[in-house]
Amino acid sequence: MLSLETITNNINNWLNNHVSSTWATIIEMLIVGLLVIGLFAMLGLILVLMERKVSAFMQIRVGPNRVGFKGSLQTLADTLKLVLKEGLTPKGADKFLFNLAPYVVMCAAMLILAPIAFAKNFQIWDINIGVLYISAISSISVIGILMAGWASNNKYSLLGAMRSGAQIVSYELSAGFSVLCIVILTGSLQISDIINAQQNGWFIFKGHIPAIISFIIFIIAVTAETNRAPFDLAEAESELTAGFHTEYSGMKFALFFLAEYVNIFVVCAIGAILFFGGWMPLHIGNWQGFNQVMDYIPSSLWFILKVFGLIFLIMWFRWTFPRLRVDQLLNLEWKYLLPLSLVNLLLMTVVAIMGWHF
Amino acid sequence: MAITEIIFWFLSALAVISAIMVVLSKSPVHSVLWLIAVFFAISGHYVLLNAQFIAIVNIIVYAGAIMVLFLFVLMLMNLNKETEPQKNLWMKLTGVVSGGCLLIILISLVRQATEIKGKIAVTKTGDIGLIKVLGKELFSSYVVPFEISSVLFLSAMIGAVVIGKKD
Repeated sequence: MLSLETITNNINNWLNNHVSSTWATIIEMLIVGLLVIGLFAMLGLILVLMERKVSAFMQIRVGPNRVGFKGSLQTLADTLKLVLKEGLTPKGADKFLFNLAPYVVMCAAMLILAPIAFAKNFQIWDINIGVLYISAISSISVIGILMAGWASNNKYSLLGAMRSGAQIVSYELSAGFSVLCIVILTGSLQISDIINAQQNGWFIFKGHIPAIISFIIFIIAVTAETNRAPFDLAEAESELTAGFHTEYSGMKFALFFLAEYVNIFVVCAIGAILFFGGWMPLHIGNWQGFNQVMDYIPSSLWFILKVFGLIFLIMWFRWTFPRLRVDQLLNLEWKYLLPLSLVNLLLMTVVAIMGWHF
Repeated sequence: MAITEIIFWFLSALAVISAIMVVLSKSPVHSVLWLIAVFFAISGHYVLLNAQFIAIVNIIVYAGAIMVLFLFVLMLMNLNKETEPQKNLWMKLTGVVSGGCLLIILISLVRQATEIKGKIAVTKTGDIGLIKVLGKELFSSYVVPFEISSVLFLSAMIGAVVIGKKD
């Protein structure tokens, strides 16, 4: 059967038979790089269109429907417009940092893709501390955002960057704790181990109530970390124009925009891996017949379906909840989510020690 | 030259140049950003030594948390050329002398250390930096200091909540 695993294995064998192993590694790196960039472009096109269509659906509108079939080429047209626009650098801005910031944000988003398993045995780097790696790299994007805000030499940008930084740093705690709950169940930080541990049921079902609580905390925290409504204070239009990317135009703005959507994809992929088994099909305990029927659906399709389900959930939040105030935002994290996740971590430890999960 | 060696020299050069730029750059924000580059280069060295856990923790703690805090403070203080404090010549001279003294002490210490003399770092092999080995070591030989420091961190976190609750 044709799967991503056999394709990668065949390419690897062919390269190793035809060129030396060093060159094979270098060529494979290039292929992976091209694939990542291609994935980014595809994600940008699909997710922006999806956002507009979902928002239209929520508000009982039609949404973009002029360019292409039912508006399917709308984002391509928008990208073309952005490419043609002039990339302005404001006077008095720190030119080097101003131009560097979008690339730092993009690089951070790209690096997180390394340990994510897109299908069975289809993963760039199965590092033995995958979950920790993800949380480390996601904290790097804060630096890019702060750089952009400061280098713009604009008060709106600086305030937006500050808010965004404070938000990401504080909500990282809750996100980390909810990830830790799953690590306790698995006993490993490696992504492939976490997925294989969900062979007989996804963690959201296996971990009982603590897993469900940690999933809810995780989804709230990542919505805040990606700076999306109801937590989009960093770019609150009515207060700050556009937040940290007020001064950016043309392709540099497009990079920030793209990084936001790629970050949504990445956090949803992590959520799918941790709580819904990544590429693992829906298995129920030892029901052999049912499990085998589910195995006929390819693993990559499972992964994509789960991730886009979670993305839909996050978009649903955006178009139904009003924006929080800064004090409400920080209260939610430090007064409610953090104590709750600490208690939840203890609960999960008890569940894991007593062996109540099946 | 093996690929590990090329990466080693690249990372070392990056670390040294960035460290020099931390001192030389005029704007404090630039200094902090160069310092972040230093931490990344050092993390790269840890990865070369097959200590991925330490590399990642270095990034989380230093580049991710402490440096972001530094950036926050520096950006809010709005330091620029007009507000830059002018130090007089004697201050600069004493700074150079004391820094040089520290450098001499460090160099002499390294030269006297017989334990590390003639030893070559093992790249790509060795498992001392892996999370399994490190965890076992922390929870057996160093369990008391580890637990005490974790209580310290927990109390800091609860302290933040308490300060937040006080209106």
